[in-house]
Amino acid sequence: MHELSIALNLVEIVEEAARRAGAGRVVAVHLRLGAMSGVVREALEFCFPLAAQNTLVEGARLEIETVPLVLACVPCGRDVRPVEGSFRCPLCGTPSMHIRQGRELEVIGIEVPDPEPAMEEH
Amino acid sequence: MSTLSTRLLEIRTGVLSKNDQLAARLRERFQRAGVLALNFVSSPGSGKTALLERTLAELVRAGRHPAALVGDLATDHDARRLERSGALVRQIETRDMCHLEAEMIATHLEAAGWNLAELDYLFIENVGNLVCPSGYDLGEQVRVVLLSVTEGEDKPVKYPVLFNSADVAVITKLDLAGACGIDLALMRQNIEEVRPGITIFETSARTGAGMDAWLAWLMAKGVS
Repeated sequence: MHELSIALNLVEIVEEAARRAGAGRVVAVHLRLGAMSGVVREALEFCFPLAAQNTLVEGARLEIETVPLVLACVPCGRDVRPVEGSFRCPLCGTPSMHIRQGRELEVIGIEVPDPEPAMEEH
Repeated sequence: MSTLSTRLLEIRTGVLSKNDQLAARLRERFQRAGVLALNFVSSPGSGKTALLERTLAELVRAGRHPAALVGDLATDHDARRLERSGALVRQIETRDMCHLEAEMIATHLEAAGWNLAELDYLFIENVGNLVCPSGYDLGEQVRVVLLSVTEGEDKPVKYPVLFNSADVAVITKLDLAGACGIDLALMRQNIEEVRPGITIFETSARTGAGMDAWLAWLMAKGVS
């Protein structure tokens, strides 16, 4: 269970970005999470609000995009989703360590309140 | 009340980027100093300390200069055990942490005061855990995953993320293979299934079986 330390790292990065942008709080955090990141989505979702307590990130939504494992198959010359539980090409059966995606654990961006009120509110 | 208007700020940063950057700097230091750094990962009780004990003693006997950082949640038992080999050893007590991070390696190297230029090998024994250490780069050049015959053939396919992150696998406690009725060929096949192309050794730290091949590989790899 290392998701709490992941969540603490995440909050630190997000808070720093929000502060740099002069935002008073964070509304949402967009994260890409690879199938091979070693992080359990549910555990991270559980830990995130705990890590966000008493920070600018408190109360923010955590939006997670799950990224499947994609390998480059050399014989087929294309990117493939491997057979479940393996690193083999589903077309030709060749194993591959050329990981194209699936290891992501990346903050894509954050949503902060817009300082300019919308037009119709004037 | 109107809906809250928000703006999107792009960040695109790895959550572990701080650790990754520090690890990259450590790796550069190791390379410059001619030290081969190895990160041992496995479940608890797979024989990391026993393999290290024998490996350190053999390397010292061969005139090499190994050092070891040993991670555990608590106690310095492993460090005491490994010191008898004549190698430099320092315990990292992680308290509640289930894995080592690059910062701990940097801190403990500093505190140990070792001169990297005088070392040939730095063995890092991670906390016994098949999940959490996988995403944390410690600056090692080689990640070694250990799997004891007592754990069953299908561990690699149950924990693909960690096994996939390794460069080398060592099957340990070979002397118990018969007693456990283990299918070694199947165990190897399962390791290769989740980490194609990996180098696999089979050892018994108790009887010394298979140690020659492992040590020969280390000796060749450690020539800077």
